Amino acid sequence: MNAPEKKIGAPMNRVDGRQKVTGAAKYSAEYELPNMAYAVLVGSTVTKGRLSSIDTKDAERAPGVLAVITHLNAPKAPGVKPTGKDPSQPQTVGSALQVFMDDKIRFNDQPIAVVVANTLERARFAARLVRAQYAKEKHQTNLEANKANAFLPTQAKKNPKSPAADYQRGEVDAYKTGALKLEAEYVIPTEVHHPMELQAITAHWEAPDRLTLYDKTQGTMATRRDFARQWGLPEENVKVIATYVGGAFGNALHSWPHESAAIIAAKVVNRPVKLMLTREQMFTMVGYRPHTWQKIGMSATADGKITAITHESIGQTSTYEEFVEATLGQTKMMYQSPNLTTRYRLAALDVGSPIWMRGPGEATGAFALESAMDEMAFLLNIDPMEFRLRNYTDQDPEKNRPWSSKFLKECYQAGAQRVGWNKRQLKPGSLRDGEWFIGYGMGVGTFGAHRGSSKASAQLLPDGTVLLQSAVTDIGPGTGTAMTQIAADTLGLPPEKIRFEWGNSDFAQAPTQGGSAIVNTVGPAVQEVCMALKDKLRELAATSNGAFATAKKEDVSFADNHLTLAGNSTARATYADLVRQAGGKAVTVESKPSGEGQKFSMYSFSVHFAEVRVHELTGEVRVSKLISCADAGTIINEKTAGNQMKGGAVGGIGMALMEHAIIDDRFGRYVTKDLADYHVPVHADSPAIEVFFVNQPDPYVNQLGTKGIGEIATIGVAPAIANAVFNATGKRVRELPITPDKLV
Amino acid sequence: MNQFQYVRPTKPQAAIDAVAKDANARFIAGGTNLVDLMKRGVMTPQKLVDINRLDFRKIERQNNALRIGALALNSTVADDKQVRERQPLLALALNAGASPQLRNMATVGGNMLQRTRCAYFYDVTMPCNKRQPGTGCGALEGVNRMHAIFGFSDKCIAVHPSDMSVALVALDATVQVSGPKGNRSIPFADFHRLPGDTPEKDTNLEPGELITAVDVPDNPFTKHVHYQKVRERASYAFALLSVAAALDIDNGGTIKAARLAMGGVAHKPWRLTAAEQVLVGKPATEESFRQAATVAMQGAKAFKYNEYKLRLGPNAIVQALKTAAAA
Repeated sequence: MNAPEKKIGAPMNRVDGRQKVTGAAKYSAEYELPNMAYAVLVGSTVTKGRLSSIDTKDAERAPGVLAVITHLNAPKAPGVKPTGKDPSQPQTVGSALQVFMDDKIRFNDQPIAVVVANTLERARFAARLVRAQYAKEKHQTNLEANKANAFLPTQAKKNPKSPAADYQRGEVDAYKTGALKLEAEYVIPTEVHHPMELQAITAHWEAPDRLTLYDKTQGTMATRRDFARQWGLPEENVKVIATYVGGAFGNALHSWPHESAAIIAAKVVNRPVKLMLTREQMFTMVGYRPHTWQKIGMSATADGKITAITHESIGQTSTYEEFVEATLGQTKMMYQSPNLTTRYRLAALDVGSPIWMRGPGEATGAFALESAMDEMAFLLNIDPMEFRLRNYTDQDPEKNRPWSSKFLKECYQAGAQRVGWNKRQLKPGSLRDGEWFIGYGMGVGTFGAHRGSSKASAQLLPDGTVLLQSAVTDIGPGTGTAMTQIAADTLGLPPEKIRFEWGNSDFAQAPTQGGSAIVNTVGPAVQEVCMALKDKLRELAATSNGAFATAKKEDVSFADNHLTLAGNSTARATYADLVRQAGGKAVTVESKPSGEGQKFSMYSFSVHFAEVRVHELTGEVRVSKLISCADAGTIINEKTAGNQMKGGAVGGIGMALMEHAIIDDRFGRYVTKDLADYHVPVHADSPAIEVFFVNQPDPYVNQLGTKGIGEIATIGVAPAIANAVFNATGKRVRELPITPDKLV
Repeated sequence: MNQFQYVRPTKPQAAIDAVAKDANARFIAGGTNLVDLMKRGVMTPQKLVDINRLDFRKIERQNNALRIGALALNSTVADDKQVRERQPLLALALNAGASPQLRNMATVGGNMLQRTRCAYFYDVTMPCNKRQPGTGCGALEGVNRMHAIFGFSDKCIAVHPSDMSVALVALDATVQVSGPKGNRSIPFADFHRLPGDTPEKDTNLEPGELITAVDVPDNPFTKHVHYQKVRERASYAFALLSVAAALDIDNGGTIKAARLAMGGVAHKPWRLTAAEQVLVGKPATEESFRQAATVAMQGAKAFKYNEYKLRLGPNAIVQALKTAAAA
């Protein structure tokens, strides 16, 4: 018998592709439960203060209304802790906003009531009838005006080794005395995730102490834990289902006010309650990439060796939660600078809490760092790729230990060749095509190759299908497909004989989908459980056929309806018998990282090369080429991984050229309220993005050799485009997005 | 959304009567703007009079003009052979607007009547004289990067968002309306209003008046035309500003006639007649275009965040004229 074709690495189609394109895939807002009710949130129209009164009478009288819930009548979940601490002095890392707990207004559009009715239209109509009076207080929503009040995050105060703490190697701010130096400030505005699927939840109290949530979340188990704790329930009494997630980008990494509101509403009306946010509400209460100010000082020798970097950052957070991200992480380890200083600060504003958005802080930081690299290369009159190569790190300069693997130079070469880097001129504005200036730029990205621990379960079904289960979600990268490929190779089964089920907190424990860690973490668990299953099946087979008792695992293979043994044509064990013997029990294993992480620095790397065209009269920017190259270890599925890289690159185009959520500080309200005001790229904004994978296994992250893709797909794209705009025009835009008004 | 009645008359007079007699009634055709406004509570009609059953969809040539029915879809008009041959500027402007899905729903009459996209108009908690007279203009000292540089008042600095209307004003179109007092024609340039003290009124339509058609007279602008729309992404975005340019150039390269209008700069599509006059008799060169652009921008005044329009405006005019001349 021929060995089955290897599935790992193959560009296999998505296992759920057909369900998605035919509409059979059910998203959180698509579950229809008997006797379901619909909830609509009412948001505060002021930004800070107290609710002095709230009149719900008209809403309650409106047709079909079942309940109007406010802080005055909401049942208090027994495990809920009050929101945050003293908002004027964030002393702690705070806690999430808890709805309907008090009369305090912490940000504009904060939910102050939820209206529940027997149809969505009636709930929406009645929501308009809720009238609130406020005792307004002066609010702060402007980062620039609040930079002076920025503070060191509590976690850094408590732990000087925290990644958010000030970092130092060599001399402090040594760039100031450098012979050749630059100092520049960079700003990114608030950006909002805006996945196509809106945040939605259907909450169903199946019994007074049993709660089922059909919820848009990136972590079924994290959501289960949060709401079990809130309601004082054992975790096993809460079930969270998120089979399909229509994009998230970090937006569903947190438990948000609308989820609590739906659960409260379902409790009050004693019916399943569905609540879907509006696009407008997606701006205000479910996180965003925080508006961030950064400053970089850099010095170098005339021959292009960096002597010092200082990188400072102030990001916005809310008054009730300290949101911290690794904005300065890449600066500490990417280039060989003997002197390096970082300072990370937060400014608390009267806004909803931010949350990680794809690439998260690293993408913000890379905009500043990789722009500054380009600025310094220009000052030195050195090609920016050559400048990066002169400062390349062969081991981690932050932790002074080797990389587990690093093939970034290979990425540079591949990308430069594909974009036509040799056409790039050192002098900006040198290349034109008619009315269009042409420029080339590059930007580097990196993200930790994280691996956590996870479980997976496996079970043989009578028809010879192997059922695998994991609580992990698939928010779009193709997790289900990658796991199916890993299982197929491990078991020696065709993918059609693997059924991988995910997105249910009752399944085997898995971490939240995020931080580019899922294949790294769940992949090994799937591989190990498949090996364990095969071993278990061999053991079961041995009870009726001695030949299996001494057989090696690799000699056991799956035929149509029975197991066979290599070199023994009479040995067979039927699936029906094996299933009966197993008694319907699944095999579950837990897979944990080894201790290698202590010895090595583990990172994925990427570099993005952009060719842009800038119109000489209108200042419009078009990205005409975008090449994304990744050192992400072994690629499990070239097609879904390539797709993920392209999606991340499109996100980077949005970040570079158009995404910008704007608050009118007089009111503390967003003036960008929908996708007509808040632009994300359309197809015409994106060229045919070319992806290159080094596809070399990492020996240490896990046995599969993977390192992770999700974040590095976006990190470095925005500076590549900004640098290309500079090369095209000689105009350095240090505040994103690069809209025509900044170039004309 | 508020509760409302819905009627679908089959005779124009019934539709006109339904709206003329009820101050809270509104016509609805494609609904691509009105439904959004209703969802947000910006408009709260008590009755919707659906006019889609009326027979105003034809595009036909009569009296040396193209008569385009008010209910003709934007996509139909943009693809119509006669429009593309006789009024290519109109087709270009239509295709620059919205998305294919929206153009498949939106009608010509509705396109003219779309409301401003000013964020303060759309948010019922913010001040806006257009939505609620007397509350003030939120944009005047607010986030006004999309706002007017011509013809504004201290009551309103919003701009009209239509692309199609910019071409129609350049092409000297006429709006045919039917109302309680009978039929009348309104020159396109007089159809929309400047805000003055009554920004709540976008147009000079009388209550109950229904647009039945728009007439676009024959013209020599069948070749050298261009619609330059500057926006923040390549497609599906409202204009930062736009320019409709049409030239008639003789064999010697001299401009015999010119039409020029801008969008995204005023409360109405902004015809640039003085700049047109500068062009007539001049050679079709960048220098002439720059002169016209300078004249076009006279009187422009910017606010805190839209100062770039003073630089972008003349550039876009030059670019539009250059492209038109080269077409």
